[in-house]
Amino acid sequence: MKGSSEAPLAPSDEAEACAYVAEARGRKEALDIVGGGSRSGFGRPPEGRHALSSARLTGIVFHEPAEMTLRARAGATLSAIEAALDAHNQMLPFEPIDHRMLYGGGGEPTIGGLVATNASGPRRVSAGAARDSLIGLRLINGRGEAIASGGRVTKNVAGLDLVKINCGALGGFGLITEATFKLLPRPESETTIVIRRLDDAQAVAAMTQALGSPYGVSGAAALSAGMGREFSRTILRLEGFVDSVDQRAEKLLAALADFGAERVLGGEDSRRLWRGVRDAEFIAKPRERAVWRIGVRPSRAVEFVNRLGPTALAHFYDCGGGLIWLASDPTVESAAAVRAALVASGGHATLMRAPSPLRAAVDVFTPLSPPLAALTQRVKAAFDSDGLFNRGRMYAGI
Amino acid sequence: MSQIAFPKPDPKILARRDEIVAGLAAILPPDGVIADLAGRRAFETDALTAYRRVPLAVALPRSVEEVAATMKFCRDVGVNVVPRGAGTSLSGGAIPQEDAVVIGLSKMSRILEINLADRYARVEAGVTNLAISEAVAPEGFFYAPDPSSQLACTIGGNVGTNSGGAHCLKYGVTVNNLLGVRLVTLDGEVLDLGGPELEAAGLDWVGLVCGSEGQLGIVVEATVKLLRAAEGARPVLFGFDSADDASRCVAAIIGAGILPVAMEYMDRPAIAICENFAHAGYPLDVEAMLIVEVEGGEAEIAAELARIAAIAKAHNVRVTRESMSAMESAQIWKGRKSAFGATGRVADYICMDGTVPTGRLPEALRRVGKICAAYGLRVANVFHAGDGNMHPLILYDINDPAQQEKAEQAGMDVLRMSVELGGCLTGEHGVGIEKRDLMGDQFSAQELAQQMRVRAAFDPQWRLNPAKVFPLDGRAA
Repeated sequence: MKGSSEAPLAPSDEAEACAYVAEARGRKEALDIVGGGSRSGFGRPPEGRHALSSARLTGIVFHEPAEMTLRARAGATLSAIEAALDAHNQMLPFEPIDHRMLYGGGGEPTIGGLVATNASGPRRVSAGAARDSLIGLRLINGRGEAIASGGRVTKNVAGLDLVKINCGALGGFGLITEATFKLLPRPESETTIVIRRLDDAQAVAAMTQALGSPYGVSGAAALSAGMGREFSRTILRLEGFVDSVDQRAEKLLAALADFGAERVLGGEDSRRLWRGVRDAEFIAKPRERAVWRIGVRPSRAVEFVNRLGPTALAHFYDCGGGLIWLASDPTVESAAAVRAALVASGGHATLMRAPSPLRAAVDVFTPLSPPLAALTQRVKAAFDSDGLFNRGRMYAGI
Repeated sequence: MSQIAFPKPDPKILARRDEIVAGLAAILPPDGVIADLAGRRAFETDALTAYRRVPLAVALPRSVEEVAATMKFCRDVGVNVVPRGAGTSLSGGAIPQEDAVVIGLSKMSRILEINLADRYARVEAGVTNLAISEAVAPEGFFYAPDPSSQLACTIGGNVGTNSGGAHCLKYGVTVNNLLGVRLVTLDGEVLDLGGPELEAAGLDWVGLVCGSEGQLGIVVEATVKLLRAAEGARPVLFGFDSADDASRCVAAIIGAGILPVAMEYMDRPAIAICENFAHAGYPLDVEAMLIVEVEGGEAEIAAELARIAAIAKAHNVRVTRESMSAMESAQIWKGRKSAFGATGRVADYICMDGTVPTGRLPEALRRVGKICAAYGLRVANVFHAGDGNMHPLILYDINDPAQQEKAEQAGMDVLRMSVELGGCLTGEHGVGIEKRDLMGDQFSAQELAQQMRVRAAFDPQWRLNPAKVFPLDGRAA
């Protein structure tokens, strides 16, 4: 892995960032965008010559509690944002994953990194992913121009939406400098229904029934035996005003009585459990294993895991079975097995954690069809014709 | 009459009309090509009826393969393409050009797959918005975006403009409920973007295509989220003596951590127009009215409505009327959803669609009133208050060219104001031709050029819906 031993370029405002990019363009030197460093293991290994850092682009631009919107600079830390929102009983709706559990602890999550990875959590079943709450951003493109897309209002269809294509693009189209989110009120209360000792198929059935119920389930996960308890646990979360949560929990418990639903967790016990689901804590160790994030239809989840057989060393389900966190050996053979199993089930897989050589050798993201690969090249060129930003982080050669 | 310019038709294409029609006829079945003038005229406009252009020909493919063959043919002969769903665009997004082939999706209206266990439906682009919800209603599910035109408008068009609706305050707009699209490019390639799984892997192509107004390709299929409906829902009407009280009440409800499924605003003229049409029991002697809807079980609804009513009381609400039956609820919504149609019975109107930050609503309402008064025009306001998406209906007489001109000017002033207040030109209707020439008010030249470069990655020849969205001058891609 090439890298620079020089100090990273750390612009303190957009104008300076534009100047750095223009300079790099002039010298045809690739840039490796860095934020707080907590997600640097995500994607293919960096190839850039100079690090371009958001570290000095910090601060909240505005937080309008009554409008439920917040705009922050890319280098603002998530902890600073969450503290500010907490003071007004608000939150980012999508429960962003903190990748430090997976990657081993270093760094500090930032807004820019969150956007670049579309970092989301269990609440995506009711509130969507980061891309659903991201309503505006600013970025510096490969020409060294500051470009705004979207804005600060939740409904906005003026022009092409360049916001969402940049959310999860791993910085490949430019340096994100600002992001604007819509917010949600922080729920007054949360309750988690726990069903013990279901097998995978029963767990998915219970989650499917819960998510297909009218009770507003905001988290549905299934943990294998050995993940925090010696027995398997299917967990279902309800959030909202206390009275509403209590009423819905009672109804959901009754609806799921056949599955043996009975135990209820509240408060910090519930919150701790969902943080673990969010951060993939249950398969983060042992550290040498590769970790995959797999999107399948819930009805195909169990057959997918079964098809993998011994390749799957450990797994748990989030999003009602629509998301599988899975550990494998960090080998080319295991990666091939995961890809092969997906062909039969449909869906997508991202190699979230593996040693750099493996991430350089196999597809980290689901491989593109030839027309889509060509389109990806053209869109990359539309933002960054000289290939300055994060070259090869998502797809080799792009 | 009109100030919105269309590109001059290409005489070379016009001269080749017979050849192009014959080429389409070789690809499509006999009822899939409309070439006669009377037939083509049915496609000359959409819901922005002040503008009309009769297209060169109309193609009505029945399958993805036929769409792909038609697109490839159009590319090969170098003719422009205007995609069309049901033609309900309020921004002129489906208005043709004389030298363009309309590709209509009306024959592709099948629901291909409903999967309640995995909570999605896959449908052809010509399926109407409401048809999806109707297909899954017996099992208690629904498709969330509900534009007022949902009885007629198609899912393909909804994707094109990222349609919203009254209930998107809680459930989001089309892009938040869209999992995948099948897109046919001008090259005739079929791209499957996203899919029924949660979140697209890799780049969010679905997010780029949604709201792109037919500029990147033709959406032939959509995979959409299905949601389980709440146990129950109930709207309540609040009448206020001042617009400010109503606007502040909206902000206070949100500020209290309450997120109703819908919060709709109507001013006095809009209330009168809608009540006269729908007999929904709206209070006629108030300056502003909110329709607030909450969902859940009976006890939850009662508790949440009590919280909301207390906030309304603190904001000097004068009339409160809770729906007492399903029929009453339907009447209340019928009044709101027929606002545009009911207004059309009273006067001609243009409907603006700017969004402003909700904190600026009182100011925005005052300024809209002033702008219209300065042109000597009446205005009725009916809009989604929870998200600041305003819909001033500027009333005029279409037979008076001077008035039409004034109405359009007033509309543009209103949209410029939306941008100036920190909002945008269009919340859910799209740019189309209507707001095309205002794009420079919202975006810098560099920003527009960036969008156009992305557009050109899909359509380097600018064949797809080319007169729309981007100002005609400065199109260096």
